[in-house]
Amino acid sequence: MAQRIDLKDLNVYYGSFLAVADVSMTIEPRSVTAFIGPSGCGKSTLLRTLNRMHEVIPGARVEGKVEMDGVDLYGSDVDAVAVRRQIGMVFQRPNPFPTMSIAENVLAGVRLNNRRIGKDEASELVEKSLQGANLWNEVKDRLDRPGSSLSGGQQQRLCIARAIAVKPQVLLMDEPCSALDPISTLAIEDLMDQLKKDYTIVIVTHNMQQAARVSDRTGFFNIAGTGKPGKLIEMDDTRTMFSTPSEQATEDYISGRFG
Amino acid sequence: MTTTSTQPRTARRPTTRDLLTRADPRRRWTDRIMHVVITSAFLVALVPLVSVIWTVVSNGVVRMSPYFLSVSMRGVYGGIDAGGIYHAILGTLLITGLATLISVPVGLMTAIYLVEYGRGPLARAVTFFVDVMTGIPSIVAGLFAYSLFALFLGPGVRLGAVGSVALSVLMIPVVVRSSEEMLRLVPNELREASYALGVPKWLTIIKVVLRTSVAGIITGVMLSVARVIGETAPLLIVAGVIDSINTNLFEGRMMTLPVYVFRQYSQGLVPCSPEAVECVATINYDRAWGAALALIVIVMLLNLVARLIARYFAPKTGH
Repeated sequence: MAQRIDLKDLNVYYGSFLAVADVSMTIEPRSVTAFIGPSGCGKSTLLRTLNRMHEVIPGARVEGKVEMDGVDLYGSDVDAVAVRRQIGMVFQRPNPFPTMSIAENVLAGVRLNNRRIGKDEASELVEKSLQGANLWNEVKDRLDRPGSSLSGGQQQRLCIARAIAVKPQVLLMDEPCSALDPISTLAIEDLMDQLKKDYTIVIVTHNMQQAARVSDRTGFFNIAGTGKPGKLIEMDDTRTMFSTPSEQATEDYISGRFG
Repeated sequence: MTTTSTQPRTARRPTTRDLLTRADPRRRWTDRIMHVVITSAFLVALVPLVSVIWTVVSNGVVRMSPYFLSVSMRGVYGGIDAGGIYHAILGTLLITGLATLISVPVGLMTAIYLVEYGRGPLARAVTFFVDVMTGIPSIVAGLFAYSLFALFLGPGVRLGAVGSVALSVLMIPVVVRSSEEMLRLVPNELREASYALGVPKWLTIIKVVLRTSVAGIITGVMLSVARVIGETAPLLIVAGVIDSINTNLFEGRMMTLPVYVFRQYSQGLVPCSPEAVECVATINYDRAWGAALALIVIVMLLNLVARLIARYFAPKTGH
């Protein structure tokens, strides 16, 4: 079910501003890939190009190729909406729909798309997705309460449940724990470990320890200065990256010498 | 320790108690004065409001009765103690209703265009013309609607529907402006959350953006209805004056409450002969006040209904 993603000579622009330059990498299936690097180096921007969320911003565009299983996501016959159904996303700040209950939030991907779903099928999907996000036991008695009644960590897991309910192949996570406390962070890291059995996961994080804990492969991004494009400095197995990186900049960043 | 307190203040270091309790006296005075100013401004603003309500209610209840609300002015003349506003209530509701039916789709879609799609010169032009439309005098809107329909139906055309068109010219900019504000308040995160679930843009707009902002949009529509329901000038031109009931927006003249008030009031006192027992000299004024009261009550009822609907749709806070 999970598939690999290949980036080839990818340039990402905001209007005429080149935000990320010349990235080529492979994201392995059924594993966690982490993007680390200082603020403004284009990690989140690059992540958003993987499910074509980048182009939602006016003037944003992409050059180069992003291939999932050999199909270019930016090909002329590819539909951005279909791409996003295969590649789900979890955002930095938990964003459950405020007008919907917990159960409705999980079903949002189905309901918002006007797809009909039977009552039994719906409750089964809710239970399965919430269990997948390790939230079922906490909310099973109050599924009709508003999603915003949950704590921040629970809301984020609700967003993960919502994302996996549409059965994507890849899950993108944009600093999913930066607004959460350590306990909730731990819950989500455990969850990632389980989810990678079925999904390809890409996570952007500011927290190097988190990258070291959860990821199998790590990519380090950096910028030469403000106004310059972000670049992929190095990408390797997480263990190698954190013990014997081949680039000096990576070592400096990881050892806390800058950033 | 009494001796230390009589010494000059500069001679001793202020204690913590001094620092924490002795507030700057100037700031305290400014605070007090501003309190008084703000409270009196509020009371001054309240004076005309209370006085208007008091005048309308006290004058309006004189003729207010189920009879007054349920009959028209057909066959009523002079100072005869009869006649009501049923035909005007119907006219007001029908004309304003059709105006709302025209304005809400046009205004809401314009707002959606401006917030979700509009970029560059076209969006700027639309915003500019909406601003210009906000300032159109209502009499001009009436003349516009008249001349538009006169092109097709010949000169002297008077229809309820023409009144609706005139009112919607006044309503549309208000609907656009208020809906635009409400749509802009919807956090972008919710749009992105929806896109990330593979929901197309049009469904995101309908089911997330509009759904989240519907309470505010209803309030905005309500305000725009309140803005036009009391319009007199354009309706005097295009809907005309009539004494009997007309429920057909597309044929014949139609009475409305504001026009009714104007008409009754402009007829003035009735010269009653002393022997006429059935004659009420102030009947025209009394009817005008009664109609004004009815108009205010209608606006308040509509407001109440809109608030209830808005509360039903408002995002749940979870507490």
